[in-house]
Amino acid sequence: MSTVNANLTYNYKVVRQFAIMTVVWGIVGMALGVLIAAQLVWPSLNLDLPFTHFGRLRPLHTNAVIFGFGGSALFATSYYVVQRTCQARLISDGLAAFTFWGWQAILLSAVITLPMGLTSTKEYAELEWPIDIAITIVWVTYALVFFGTITKRSTPHIYVANWFYGGFILTVAMLHIFNNMALPATAFKSYSAYAGVTDAMMQWWYGHNAVGFYLTAGFLGMMYYFVPKQAERPVYSYRLSIVHFWALIATYVWAGGHHLHYSALPDWAQTAGMVMSLILLAPSWGGMINGMMTLSGAWHKLRTDPILRFLVVSLSFYGMSTFEGPMMAIKTVNALSHNTDWTIGHVHAGALGWVAMISIGSIYHLIPKLWGLKEMYSTSLINVHFWLATVGTVLYIAAMWVNGIMQGLMWRAVNEDGTLTYSFVEALEASYPGYLVRFIGGATFLTGMLIMAYNVYMTVRQKESAAVNNAATQAA
Amino acid sequence: MSTFWSVWVIVIVLGTIFGCAWLLLATRKGQTNDTETENTTGHSYDGIEEYDNPLPKWWFYLYLGTCVFALGYLALYPGLGNYEGLLGWTSTNQWEAEVQEAEEKYGPIYAQFGETAIPELAQNEDAMKIGQRLFANNCSVCHGTAARGQVGFPNLTDDDWLWGGEPEQILHTLVNGRQGNMTPKGVMPNMTNEQVDQVVNYVLSFSGREKEAEAAEAGAAVFAQACAACHGADGKGMHAVGAPNLTDDIWLYGSTYEWIKETVVNGRQNQMPAQKGRLTDDQIHILAAYVYSLSN
Repeated sequence: MSTVNANLTYNYKVVRQFAIMTVVWGIVGMALGVLIAAQLVWPSLNLDLPFTHFGRLRPLHTNAVIFGFGGSALFATSYYVVQRTCQARLISDGLAAFTFWGWQAILLSAVITLPMGLTSTKEYAELEWPIDIAITIVWVTYALVFFGTITKRSTPHIYVANWFYGGFILTVAMLHIFNNMALPATAFKSYSAYAGVTDAMMQWWYGHNAVGFYLTAGFLGMMYYFVPKQAERPVYSYRLSIVHFWALIATYVWAGGHHLHYSALPDWAQTAGMVMSLILLAPSWGGMINGMMTLSGAWHKLRTDPILRFLVVSLSFYGMSTFEGPMMAIKTVNALSHNTDWTIGHVHAGALGWVAMISIGSIYHLIPKLWGLKEMYSTSLINVHFWLATVGTVLYIAAMWVNGIMQGLMWRAVNEDGTLTYSFVEALEASYPGYLVRFIGGATFLTGMLIMAYNVYMTVRQKESAAVNNAATQAA
Repeated sequence: MSTFWSVWVIVIVLGTIFGCAWLLLATRKGQTNDTETENTTGHSYDGIEEYDNPLPKWWFYLYLGTCVFALGYLALYPGLGNYEGLLGWTSTNQWEAEVQEAEEKYGPIYAQFGETAIPELAQNEDAMKIGQRLFANNCSVCHGTAARGQVGFPNLTDDDWLWGGEPEQILHTLVNGRQGNMTPKGVMPNMTNEQVDQVVNYVLSFSGREKEAEAAEAGAAVFAQACAACHGADGKGMHAVGAPNLTDDIWLYGSTYEWIKETVVNGRQNQMPAQKGRLTDDQIHILAAYVYSLSN
């Protein structure tokens, strides 16, 4: 059944556009991350200007990496994977182009409004209501293009990668719409439709599923195509993919309550959030196992193929952070870790180790295919990038573990008379070495991204002199 | 929550867990192989095939284990709607138990100083060590770790008191808090700009820093009308209403012409929060002795 229809051409234009923007937003978002990490080491880098202040640039960093870098990678790969595994061209080139330009316009508006201080204050949902409406329109269009393409597929079944992309697209639409319900007051100011602890619960139902669906389910879709493709091996277990897909989407939506342990959230909701987070361990690991075991029989390829290394290491970080997450959701552990740098370390184990590395590996696989070339301009530069990314991630998360646990212990330390041993500022002062190491780790990761940009530029330029026709490109 | 919502929560929580377990067991039951196989499902997507491998055994038991743990946890702790759990645990009673435990453990340490008079306690080295820690935890955010204050928050080491420095007065400040309120233009809301300038010069003249002697002289009459009710005819302040002494060159807000003008024109609002209920009576007693010791 793996026939290739000779008359079929795929829409690669939109995939190329999103693939390039993945690299661009990756550099923008991570450079902002390095800047704000530096501000925590050298506060004078805030420059005493409101729009370069940490408080305004931090949401821009998260929006640029999640929606710019991660979002572009998801659009690029989902459009590529859905076409190739369904053997069908995107249902509409016009709508696909609309999602590209619409999404870039939204990101640009984030770059303008967030430093201006225009924010709805909800983490990862800071953009104000007019932009939220634009996101909804673009996202619904994305769903139309994606599911429309699936309906006109010429394969009898729907490949597992598309389940994950589909689950991610539907759930993110729901999360975005419900969490951003607000009453506009002026053109760029609105008030949440929810009050008090309900608002907090809505926010973390959204917030944790931004992680669970946007940054996990979508990227598992990526994993299910690019890992077997790059390893040239069949997927390890179809059955495992069924169980872990349904279990993952059923339990992730429950987990948000663990962000509100020991808060005004009713006890039952905290408990439910905690037990569902624990159950989530196995479905998450199901994805890791399926990816890792797909490589059995192909381990030797790791010696020569740095793209495969990116994919395998991303799965290792995925397994590690999805073990860490359920642990941190346990109330007793959370009592120590909450509000410390440990949380930031955990997020970046997922964001750098899993999301960024799987995206980088996939984009390296994709770029030559999209431009009709055999391989990237330089394989050894991919290898350099791989080591920079790995070392950067390890430095980052190790620094945050040390800082986080130290802060948690310092905050709860008491003297023999029950008074607190340390003031907040003392714990902050003790965190400085960790902040410096984190800055170095982040800068190392960013350096890798700059090398990637050069490699991608040289690859694409090479294509222009090689002039391969489009049909030959697509048959590959 | 109402019975309806309670039942709703129970159904969806248990439904999710049992649904996950059912999915797991049903998939395992349908397995065609017990060990790893080279058989595929027969599909190929863009060249990608899928093996018909069984669920890894250790993973299967890990998953089942988390479901069993979840059910056990939900039996013991509140999670299923209005069901309270076998342990009767709530986050509120956990907090209360921890507070009670702390009080039993630390209470006697403070109680041993509870009966000692404040001036005497201020000489007790052990008590003052505790007092310093209490101050660092509870007071230093506003008054500074060295108790020297900052703009709007009084220096506690200079023996200059807004509300009085006698042991009873300090204790009262700590227990009940204080509301300092200087109304704009004192009690003379129709004060003209010229009169503002005059009264500011007059206040500056208390510490010999007036800008214009003539204006300062004219300011005396304005002061008598607008300010004297609280700050006294001689400007030496009044502890009963927390009105500062204006003659000692110690300033809660800035001391320059511009700062004082700002104070006169717009007034000042100040608050010391009450510690009663936040700290125990014995802790407040030691803290009062510590603050007393800073000036005595």
